[in-house]
Amino acid sequence: MTRKIRVLLAKPGLDGHDRGIKVIAAAFRDAGMEVIYSGLRQTPQMIVDAAIQEDVDAIGISILSGAHMTLFPAILEEMKNRKVNDIILFGGGIIPDEDKEELEKMGVAKIFTPGAPTEEAIEFLRQAVEKKKSDEKIM
Amino acid sequence: MTTLEKFYQGDIRALSRIISFIENRTSGYRDLLGRLYEKAGRALRIGLTGPPGGGKSTLVNGLIHEYLKISQKVGVIAVDPTSPFTGGALLGDRVRMNEFPAGGEVYFRSMATRGASGGLASATGNVAVAMDAFGFDVILIETVGVGQVELDIIDTCDVVVVVIVPESGDAVQTMKAGLMEIADIFVVNKADRPGAEKLAINLKQTIQTKKKKDGDWNIPIIQTVAINKKNVDLLFDKINEYIAFIKDNSIFFAHRRQQIRKKILNILSNRFRIEFISGLEGKVDFDQIIDDILKGKTNPYKVSEEMYQQFKKIS
Repeated sequence: MTRKIRVLLAKPGLDGHDRGIKVIAAAFRDAGMEVIYSGLRQTPQMIVDAAIQEDVDAIGISILSGAHMTLFPAILEEMKNRKVNDIILFGGGIIPDEDKEELEKMGVAKIFTPGAPTEEAIEFLRQAVEKKKSDEKIM
Repeated sequence: MTTLEKFYQGDIRALSRIISFIENRTSGYRDLLGRLYEKAGRALRIGLTGPPGGGKSTLVNGLIHEYLKISQKVGVIAVDPTSPFTGGALLGDRVRMNEFPAGGEVYFRSMATRGASGGLASATGNVAVAMDAFGFDVILIETVGVGQVELDIIDTCDVVVVVIVPESGDAVQTMKAGLMEIADIFVVNKADRPGAEKLAINLKQTIQTKKKKDGDWNIPIIQTVAINKKNVDLLFDKINEYIAFIKDNSIFFAHRRQQIRKKILNILSNRFRIEFISGLEGKVDFDQIIDDILKGKTNPYKVSEEMYQQFKKIS
């Protein structure tokens, strides 16, 4: 059996538009993944806490408010502070191309913008998770 | 350093990794669980079950705050269903759990049922063992939304709280076997809705008609409005009262002993199933056997008996 992909989906900041993230959640679920949806108004600290506790492979963030250049760096910073370096951060929303490039340079693995098919996000996530390497010794 | 060593040092990430290891049954998980089991046994395990949308997660959220007030460390396991069609799951119980300090006092883990049908995932009990060994004082376990017969929670917890809502049904529903029989405490949640009082009365009558010996636990019915935290403190008090009661009456340890016995039998039956049934794959020509059965030459009972005798000879 191949390992189940676990992914946390969350909306940071004050933006309450959750249609998009719900569509993504349903698509990931139907693709056989375990989707943890933690809801609206999540702080970077809450998001990273949840990701650690749920032991997810990836965090998906949806931002439609325009605050992406503040919130994504804040989440990356929180991940760095908590020494989380093996969880993929990706996201989507209304994000201009130049910001998208800058975010991907900062360490956001991928940004999806309006019109992106859900299959693309599923395929991205599968490949990104597959590429993750671990030299973990449990016992 | 190994993940287990980090776990013993209190590293939350190591706990999370170990839970995944257990959940995925990665090879070696039985040895690992064995070690954790010897360090576990101290935590109280409290189960909440009931139909979908009844407010279990919101009650769990309220209970966490009650335990935090008395400086208890709380682990939570919330189970949601896996799709039998795609294997995927939407785990949404975290949505109700958003107001906690990040100091490690609360640890919340969502689990998908992954094919189990008793209201929990088959690894839920084992994940509770990991949390217990890690040092949580209380473990709150929330089942998937259940119907009437998903009762695995009784083998996993010390206390079972059954959460229903005014819309859960009439007097006859309260008399049915299964879910209604496993409650140590009943909660009628969303009690600000019409019908709550009537449901509570019906429940009370059902409980009273049950034969009781002197000194038996009197199952309380608590009407809560979890979203406003109304009467959650009362539920918390009743849980504590019940635990004190079962400890005084040595029911607590009798129950745990029974759970351990079941656990051993479970581990064994799983192993037999894996070794015997999977051992048949490839060795038995099922198509031929089925042809013979359809032609009336043999039957499923005879065939199974022959296979079983064969297995006994090998082992």
